[in-house]
Amino acid sequence: MPGMTLYDKLVASHEVARIDDEHVLLYVDLHIMNEYTSPQAFSGLAARGREVLRPGQQMAVVDHIIPTHPVPSALRVIADEASSRQALNLKRNCDAQRIALFDTTDPLQGIEHVIAPEHGMVLPGMVVLCGDSHTTTYGALGALGFGIGTSEVEHILATQTLAYRVARNMRIRVDGVLPRGVTAKDLVICVVHRIGAQGARGHAVEFCGEAIDALSAEARMTLCNMTVEAGARAALIAPDATTDAYVTAHAPQLQGEALAQARACWAGLRSDDGAVFDVEHALDAASIAPFVTWGTSPDQAMPIDGVVPDPQAEPDALARLALEKAMDYIGLQPGAPIAGLPIDRVFIGSCTNGRIEDLRAAASVARGRKVAAGVRAMVVPGSGAVRAQAEAEGIAAQLIAAGFEWRQPGCSMCLAMNDDVLAPGERCASTTNRNFEGRQGRAGRTHLMSPAMAAAAALAGRIVDVREWEPRA
Amino acid sequence: MNPILEGVAAPLPFSNLDTDQIMPKQFLRIIDKSGLDRGLLHDLRFDASGAPRPGFVLNQPAYAGASVLVAGPNFGCGSSREHAVWGLQQFGIRAVIASSFGEIFYFNAVNNGLLLVTLAPAEVDALLARVSNTATNRVGIDVAAGRVSAAGGWTADFTLPERHRRMYAQGLDMVGASLQRLDEVARFEARHWARHPWMKDVARRVRDRLDHAD
Repeated sequence: MPGMTLYDKLVASHEVARIDDEHVLLYVDLHIMNEYTSPQAFSGLAARGREVLRPGQQMAVVDHIIPTHPVPSALRVIADEASSRQALNLKRNCDAQRIALFDTTDPLQGIEHVIAPEHGMVLPGMVVLCGDSHTTTYGALGALGFGIGTSEVEHILATQTLAYRVARNMRIRVDGVLPRGVTAKDLVICVVHRIGAQGARGHAVEFCGEAIDALSAEARMTLCNMTVEAGARAALIAPDATTDAYVTAHAPQLQGEALAQARACWAGLRSDDGAVFDVEHALDAASIAPFVTWGTSPDQAMPIDGVVPDPQAEPDALARLALEKAMDYIGLQPGAPIAGLPIDRVFIGSCTNGRIEDLRAAASVARGRKVAAGVRAMVVPGSGAVRAQAEAEGIAAQLIAAGFEWRQPGCSMCLAMNDDVLAPGERCASTTNRNFEGRQGRAGRTHLMSPAMAAAAALAGRIVDVREWEPRA
Repeated sequence: MNPILEGVAAPLPFSNLDTDQIMPKQFLRIIDKSGLDRGLLHDLRFDASGAPRPGFVLNQPAYAGASVLVAGPNFGCGSSREHAVWGLQQFGIRAVIASSFGEIFYFNAVNNGLLLVTLAPAEVDALLARVSNTATNRVGIDVAAGRVSAAGGWTADFTLPERHRRMYAQGLDMVGASLQRLDEVARFEARHWARHPWMKDVARRVRDRLDHAD
């Protein structure tokens, strides 16, 4: 009998019942909600007189619509009437059901995928679901996480389970060492580029190899977060000493006997030697350069020394049309280099790159330098805790001195549901996860990259190779 | 429910048409499901001044009342927003045909009874060519037989996963079905929490800890 993959084990350990050949009733240890994908789920429950089964395993936060103006937390208000109604509605639902909430004025408010791990709510071996596609983040800690729709939010609220189609197994091995200046963000953009925007569709992707072992827990979150841009149903990294150190530092509730018991469980959270994966890929970390997207799909990317592809070289008609449409939107010609492209805006933040290590990376480049004239550069920390830590470390002061705006936490211009929006035609160097048409604002042009690359772009006023920008003391 | 769905099919030959484009952000600031028909494919349907783009297929008279979309691969990728499915349905779309669909979108569609038909890429190409001609833009979808038909006797067969077929045919209340199994859930929890006591009420316990920190 072949061995089990880590993914197989996580599903098996949460299988309440088998529904049919493809589906299981999957138990959910932690369910996270936001203000925009949960309202209709609560309404659906209320309409049928149903209750929330396990309020203690739900968490909610106002993050997508909240403005990020740099006012004190206690004074944060949501001026937009419809957005304000969403926030108030979330509070009403959480109060009525006794659900833990990180509300608008809470100093610990932040992006759902930043605050859940930073306060020790996400632990190895758990199933953590949320009505947000970037829930794949939690695989970084050896937890099974993936995004769901609002009907499924309602299903979890009522039953603490999900009717779930089991995914196929994919493994991506990354051997070697990432070169200087190349981060988990570059790695994941490279992976999405190599396998395509649906290259992992229907699969749970386990990352392994020397380069993955060397990543910090936060860098692993960046990697697993954005693996969904390859269509992955989940991303996973087997827990190791790095995971243990992160989790024990962030989950002080886990001590003594319970911690020993937990560690014994975590030791088994790895794919068996004989486990069979349906698909395998391998990359050499040493060959990866800083990566930047040029188009309107996250797989339309290239190394910083690359050029925009030529649609005429694409034999497939639909693929050729996709390239032409992307070029038309983004305003680039075939053969154009990405390096040197002038930018108007810089955005550093999001659930992909809004953690303290991301802000440290940006500050290390920006320190002692100035944002280029005519560029508006924003830093939006992933959470109140990240913001406070960055201020305590002096990072905030360095970024502010360099001319970056230092703002309050939220999803902000990653999807521009609040008032942080690109104007039509503006070009933005962004540490976010999606360069879709209109994502950061109608006719706005997004280039995804790492925090250090985005900081360097802010200083240069154009997209540059961060490896040519040595940190200053 | 009539297992045969017939109507005008509009070609959307875009790859990776994401849910941000299907339902843009400005239509998501709601706590109900209202007004999403206006938001559907908004930036493709309307220019920056809000005027309809005459060149866009859904604005052309020959495609008025379209009830089927024929789309490029990985339709509905990206954001989990179920608003994309609600908007398609409010606009009058009853089925989408493509060679593949974004995962979360797929399950959202199943849960709302929006029919998603998966055909091979070459079959989608052939169907796109037919429905792009206004004279041959009607299709039929026989759910029971698993067959798409178009002008000139063109057909392509598809298989619908069992759960999708059942949800589509019967409009199952999944929550209601799972509520029948709460005793199984309770038995599972007893075992699960005995082995992993730190997972029980993890959100409440962390929030309490944070609230009582000095």
